[in-house]
Amino acid sequence: MAEDKIAVYLCHCGTNIAGKVDVDKVVAWAAEQPNVAIAREYKYMCSDPGQDLIKEDIQQHGINRVVVAACSPTMHEPTFRKAAADAGLNPYLLQMANVREHCSWVTVDKDEATEKAKRILNAQIHRLPFNEALEPIEVPVNPAVMVVGGGIAGIEAALKLAATGKKVYLVEKNPSIGGHMAMFDKTFPTLDCAACILTPKMSAAGKDPNIELMAYSEVVEVDGYVGNFKVKVNKKARYVNTDTCTGCAACLDACVVRKVLSEFDQGLGKRSAIYIPFPQAVPLRATIDAEKCLTLKGKKCKQPCTTACGPGAIDFEQQDELVELEVGAIIMATGFELWDPGQDARYGYGRLDNVITSLEFERISNASGPTGGEIVCKNGEPPKSVAILHCIGSRDQNYQEHCSRVCCMYSLKFSHLIKEHLPETEVYELYIDMRCYGKGYEEFYRRVMDEGVHMVRGRAAEVTDLAMSPEEEGRLIVKTEDTLLGIVRRIPADMVILSSGLAPAKDAKAVSQTFGFGCSADGFFLERHPKLEPVSTITDGIFIAGCCQYPKDIPDTVAQAGAAAAGALALVDNATVKVEPTISYIDPEKCCGCHICVGLCPHVAIQYNEELKVAEVITAACKGCGVCVAACGSNVPQQHGYLDDQIFAEIEGAMAF
Amino acid sequence: MRYLYYPGCSSEATGKAYDISTRAMMDKLGVELVELDDWNCCGATSYFNVRELDSFAIAARNLAIAQKQGDEDLCVICNACYTTLAKTNRYMAESPEVHEAVNGALGAVGRAYDGTKAVRHVMDVLINDIGLEALGEKVTRRLTGLKVACYYGCQYSRPMGAFDDTEFPVTMDQFFQALGAETVDFAGKAKCCGGMMMLTKEEGALRLCHELLKGAQDGGADVIVCACPLCEMNLEGYQPRVNKTFGTSYDIPVMYLTQLAGLAFGASPKELALDKQVVPCDRVVAAIPA
Repeated sequence: MAEDKIAVYLCHCGTNIAGKVDVDKVVAWAAEQPNVAIAREYKYMCSDPGQDLIKEDIQQHGINRVVVAACSPTMHEPTFRKAAADAGLNPYLLQMANVREHCSWVTVDKDEATEKAKRILNAQIHRLPFNEALEPIEVPVNPAVMVVGGGIAGIEAALKLAATGKKVYLVEKNPSIGGHMAMFDKTFPTLDCAACILTPKMSAAGKDPNIELMAYSEVVEVDGYVGNFKVKVNKKARYVNTDTCTGCAACLDACVVRKVLSEFDQGLGKRSAIYIPFPQAVPLRATIDAEKCLTLKGKKCKQPCTTACGPGAIDFEQQDELVELEVGAIIMATGFELWDPGQDARYGYGRLDNVITSLEFERISNASGPTGGEIVCKNGEPPKSVAILHCIGSRDQNYQEHCSRVCCMYSLKFSHLIKEHLPETEVYELYIDMRCYGKGYEEFYRRVMDEGVHMVRGRAAEVTDLAMSPEEEGRLIVKTEDTLLGIVRRIPADMVILSSGLAPAKDAKAVSQTFGFGCSADGFFLERHPKLEPVSTITDGIFIAGCCQYPKDIPDTVAQAGAAAAGALALVDNATVKVEPTISYIDPEKCCGCHICVGLCPHVAIQYNEELKVAEVITAACKGCGVCVAACGSNVPQQHGYLDDQIFAEIEGAMAF
Repeated sequence: MRYLYYPGCSSEATGKAYDISTRAMMDKLGVELVELDDWNCCGATSYFNVRELDSFAIAARNLAIAQKQGDEDLCVICNACYTTLAKTNRYMAESPEVHEAVNGALGAVGRAYDGTKAVRHVMDVLINDIGLEALGEKVTRRLTGLKVACYYGCQYSRPMGAFDDTEFPVTMDQFFQALGAETVDFAGKAKCCGGMMMLTKEEGALRLCHELLKGAQDGGADVIVCACPLCEMNLEGYQPRVNKTFGTSYDIPVMYLTQLAGLAFGASPKELALDKQVVPCDRVVAAIPA
């Protein structure tokens, strides 16, 4: 074997690294280290000239090991490994030393940063002689895609993919697709009716031969890897045969349990125990709510639904069904939850009548909603005054620090709708900052101001029913500081709308763990890179779109859904995909067949060979998590790229001085 | 059950009834209160705004004595004392500078304090150490039919919220419900009564009291119960002046939580110092079924 000739490259990253680390000093030091043949610094190693430095040194100076001291390997390791491969060097003989995130960005003192950079670099210099050349594993790609969540993001992504001829499984946990958008009345700033623009897409998704719609279903298990995911989906029992049900709704009228609070109407309207959430539901099929149905609760019922159903679709014996799918890519479009304003007692939600959430107002103002589109208080009377309170649960260090991005605009939309229905009603918008950043948004703000809406700059402090003057009696009073007038105001209102922020779904963390990626500090799904990879996750082959990533409006959601579909397509349109060879292997000569690793492997990637009485790694299934390596009492399983001598050498290098 | 007990300065003057009724009520509950030796003023809220470090040292002197005197938790009745003492613990834990400065001052008088003495509000002790169920069983005279407005004030759970919600506390309501009373929906329950502002900007403080009294009256309360001597004095003693200023006619009995609870646990009006109230509360006593 030829002697090790290591080349070291220290990137300035502009001033990101060079601003803290004395690059000349580190390079001079590196040049003196054992096995190091060349040490260079460069302003931007990721640029073409930077990459060319590596290529030239490999080709002209016989460099056979490379360490690039720059940013995190999640950022540019693929870039530099490709450059090495282009020059004929096995890419796994190149290591990254992260002197940006791990050093210059987090160290205050320049001398300390310089010393730390040396240690980080030395770890890799020590490790490299132990690196082995590895070949990427090429695996076939399943061309099908699963989209999880049937709101506007999921529908859009599914339709885009289906249009390219790919098979799409659209999984939705509720009985119908449509998500939050289906509940809205009008959409800002153009005031298109939400149903008018959404239902054609819902219907198209329901009819597309390439889309297999799996409504009332939830993903319970995900296994496999990029190009080859194995997913278990639980199709919940509807107790209605969806093949024969025609969606005629005769059973709804027949059902004797009629006072179930409608989830779709935010609890403001009623539905029966057998129900279709809304008239434009897709699929247009009835579902029996097992917790409310008398028969399913084991109580007496004459089952008038069965009598009313012409095709005989009611099936009380139906069971949940576990379906296994194989897909090459997954798009997460699981949406958001409205922040529960009951958490902040000052606004009286849940305690004071006529304090409602924004989503409740959407239903009240909707022609198909519980009041038939009449904007009325609980007593049926139209409000003479309405206060709309911005930033409830948003931009608040006690609850959610983030701005929910859509609330200013939907609040302005509410003002417009109230003025349209009830021109004499006084409307107050209590805002911190008016954030109208999109196309046509600022124009819409001006239009609403011209309609005579009172804009009060101040975050509402409290909503109370404690009247301190005759004109306040029997009304709600919003207390706020008007920061433009510099006074404290008491604004009487008959209806208070809490513009609640968007929160991550309560199960977002659990879902992200099921699928094997993470959440950011705000609780939303974490994208691979906030700017350049906003629809990818750290798990190859899993993409994200819509409000599960962060609050966004419909235009941005639709754009992101298209981007996620393109990302998935760029993967599943290939016959094969290369996966990392850094997986584990078991030497059959050393394995004693104790089974410990077999049971521990989270990916069922180790099987027991009955003939040889040893454990074996299934190459295509191993994800390289290292559990077997750590668990084996005899130290038999080893993982390529993370061999013991490689890791020990790294530690020795870091601790050398 | 045994607690070290810090009565606070008000208990020797305007708030005497709070101290007397606390001892009487705890006696009925079989809880022993051991008064802190040679305690001093906690410094209350105002002093912190003038000389913060000195204030911590003054409060910590009490805690240092408590630590030396026994292992029991320190039970406090006044909201302001409670917050001040608990705040001292928190700052000592969070700031090595405060910890050092406090012990420097204590050292000058031969004392030391490590910052760990548990400071407990009397309501916290009742609810969490004795428990609602056990309290219900101790009742000899249920407060059936009595409508109570529970007034917590600013410093009952703010800012720490150690045993209740900061903005909308509920423990006092739960307590009096367990004693058989009905508690009214009282939006002002954690709003400020004006506090010391009654002496410097009376008009503002009167307006705050007006709001609280109106809220209790609108809710149909027979009595307002308090957890702080200053709140009690403002809400009760200033009713005539509120009436004069705002043209109202409030005449609402105001009691310490320990006075009303003491009645439920079988103590007599005299034992609970009910004769010290400004607005007569005979009608409250009469309204409780014998």
